[in-house]
Amino acid sequence: MAELGRAALLVTLGLSTYALVAGAAAARLGRRRLAHSAQNALVAAFASTLVAAVVLLAALLRNDFSFTYVARTTSEALPTAYTISAFWGGQEGSLLLWLLVLTGFGAVAVRLNRRWARDLIVWVVPVFAAVAVFFSFLVVVVASPFATQAAPPDGAGMTPSLQNPYMLAHPPLLYLGYVGLTVPFAFALGALLSGRTDERWLVATRRWTLFAWTALGIGQLLGAHWAYVEVGWGGYYAWDPVENAALMPWLAATAFLHSVMIQEKRGMLRVWNVLLVILAFSLSLFGTFLTRSGVVNSIHSFTQSSIGPWFLAFIAVVVAVSVGLMLARLPLLRSPTRLESPVSREAAFLYNNLLLLALCLTILWGVVYPLLSEAVRGEAVVLGREYYDFFLRMFGLPLLLLMGIGPLVAWRRASLKSLLTTFRWPTGVALVTGAVLLVLGAGSSIPGLVAYTFSAFVTATIVLEFGRGTRARKALGATSWPGAFSSLIARNRRRYGGYVVHASIVLLAVGIVGSSAFDSVAEKRLEPGQSLEIADYTLVYRSLDERVAANATEIRATLDVERGGRDLGTLQAGKNAYTIEEQVSNEVGIRSDPLTGEDLFVIAEQIDPDGTVYFRVFVKPLVNLIWAAGLVFLLGSLITLWPDAREQRRLAERTREIGVPATR
Amino acid sequence: MTLALLFAALLAIGCVVAVALPFLREPEPESDDLDELDEPERRRLALLEARDRALASLRELEFDHRTGTVSDEDYRALVGSLRRDAARSLQALEREGSIRSTEMPMNEERPAGERIS
Repeated sequence: MAELGRAALLVTLGLSTYALVAGAAAARLGRRRLAHSAQNALVAAFASTLVAAVVLLAALLRNDFSFTYVARTTSEALPTAYTISAFWGGQEGSLLLWLLVLTGFGAVAVRLNRRWARDLIVWVVPVFAAVAVFFSFLVVVVASPFATQAAPPDGAGMTPSLQNPYMLAHPPLLYLGYVGLTVPFAFALGALLSGRTDERWLVATRRWTLFAWTALGIGQLLGAHWAYVEVGWGGYYAWDPVENAALMPWLAATAFLHSVMIQEKRGMLRVWNVLLVILAFSLSLFGTFLTRSGVVNSIHSFTQSSIGPWFLAFIAVVVAVSVGLMLARLPLLRSPTRLESPVSREAAFLYNNLLLLALCLTILWGVVYPLLSEAVRGEAVVLGREYYDFFLRMFGLPLLLLMGIGPLVAWRRASLKSLLTTFRWPTGVALVTGAVLLVLGAGSSIPGLVAYTFSAFVTATIVLEFGRGTRARKALGATSWPGAFSSLIARNRRRYGGYVVHASIVLLAVGIVGSSAFDSVAEKRLEPGQSLEIADYTLVYRSLDERVAANATEIRATLDVERGGRDLGTLQAGKNAYTIEEQVSNEVGIRSDPLTGEDLFVIAEQIDPDGTVYFRVFVKPLVNLIWAAGLVFLLGSLITLWPDAREQRRLAERTREIGVPATR
Repeated sequence: MTLALLFAALLAIGCVVAVALPFLREPEPESDDLDELDEPERRRLALLEARDRALASLRELEFDHRTGTVSDEDYRALVGSLRRDAARSLQALEREGSIRSTEMPMNEERPAGERIS
């Protein structure tokens, strides 16, 4: 069936090329049927890519090792779930997934908006198609998932660290995020090409951007948890280039989601918003390039390949064309209003944007520095953790504080007297929290203490906003307090969903600071019967056991755990030796305290034949708040993403008033 | 092999039909022009956006004042200019409407495919 897969991808390439050429011609010449034909080509491209995807999936499930890709990424012994995840575990499969999601998103976005923004859509189609041409060209010519060979008796298997349930969700979510950012990019470029720089491209893409941003955020958190439980080095984020690759577009999209509100409320920052969309999309391409090219040394780079130059060339074209187009359209993007005061909500959003962008570009510099230094000096100089941590504190702490300031400042301008009144409670809460933590010994890390104080400030503003808003809704006629609360959220989902997301960022900050600035670590070689002490825990190494599982030999050291003389049961840590892959992985032991959010984290670093084990043990206070933050983040995002009937009515009314069909 | 090629051929034919569909449905349309917003419509859209922005800002200010996020003093300083913005955008829309009504009846939707400019 490899022929069918190859043919389907060839059809996708043909359809994408047609959608690009016919779509551009239709938009330029104003031809309606040709424009519809190009739209249909985009939808058909999704169908043909889907056929190719089904062929690959079937080959994976049948263990058809005559497919080179299947033989390279799976084996007979690999459990079915991981066999499915092999679809995106290798380069060719993940490029096919990119293309599948891209054509799918393109078809849906165009269908949803083709009536009410038809003059915009005609230019959006060729932009989508241009991106699809690139990816279909890659999977047809450069990295085909349908290359065949004489079938070997068994496959090479999957990298052990990828044999983890998180790999079923983490990569697809990142891809949904990366590809989702194509939608705002295509609409922004469509708006520039058509000269229709009104609000419609923002309205059409708001939820897509939010969706992509949510998927990227959740995908990264799942990735962090995967690194925590699977990679076995004792942390969850190592500022690895591939991890940074997902963080950068997320930061750019975060900046956009904030600045777009200023455009909607005040008509300002139009150029800035287009620039952020271009940046977010370019960074999502760059992220795929980093992950898949093998150009940087990363624990997450599983491939060395030849697609790098193609990606770099495409990114260069994307940046050059889109920035050139933006410059050409500058007169259309002129803002009708100006910033009235540096003390206003829009100013707070602007500061937030500058800090987010500064953090994003600092990380980008850290990622490309080894490449540049190698090109210039012949030696790759890697910027270490200190570099990233320094800038995270420099830009992250003010960002945290701004999350509390922004919501309490009026649009346009706010007086000093008003600010003093508004901020007295949050400031009081923050100062008391800081003082209490100082007394409790949190002064051992000044940045940590500052982060906690700022977190208390933001939490107080969120509680204040929800409390005062609910009271106001009750006064406006809500029958009950729960009714007032739900009506508050329902009437302004973006604002109050945004506050829930802010609460998740506070949880994230508290978890990161607790587990990194206030953690404990101990290392010791133990013989059976010997013990190790860390914080108020005592661990006694009891035994070493070995068992053979389906695709690996599992060696586990068992430890008894006590805390303050209280027996907490046993914990196991060890290693898995994968026979087919001929690799060994760390299998860490984690004991979580649901009440305090603290983890006891044990790594069996080295297991000797005589049964002695070199253990590395961490106590990570509050680390589980990081994962809890993911759930709160998802809740906030869902509230914000949920369709707003009143907004839909307002948009329908607006389109009706200019005589355009209201159906979206 | 043969079955795969047959599927591939069917897929290709299906895609060609989908792409050709707009031309097959309307071999000789009255007009093949794109339905684009003309200049007055674009002007009106900009005014409608400005109106919605002004009204939304006013609503948000009223609510923020009610919750106490915006003080009485700031409210008094801001509400006047916001009301003026809203009034200006409504007046501009009215003016635009009266100009339009001399050119074409209000709320008349153009048939798809008909270009005005």
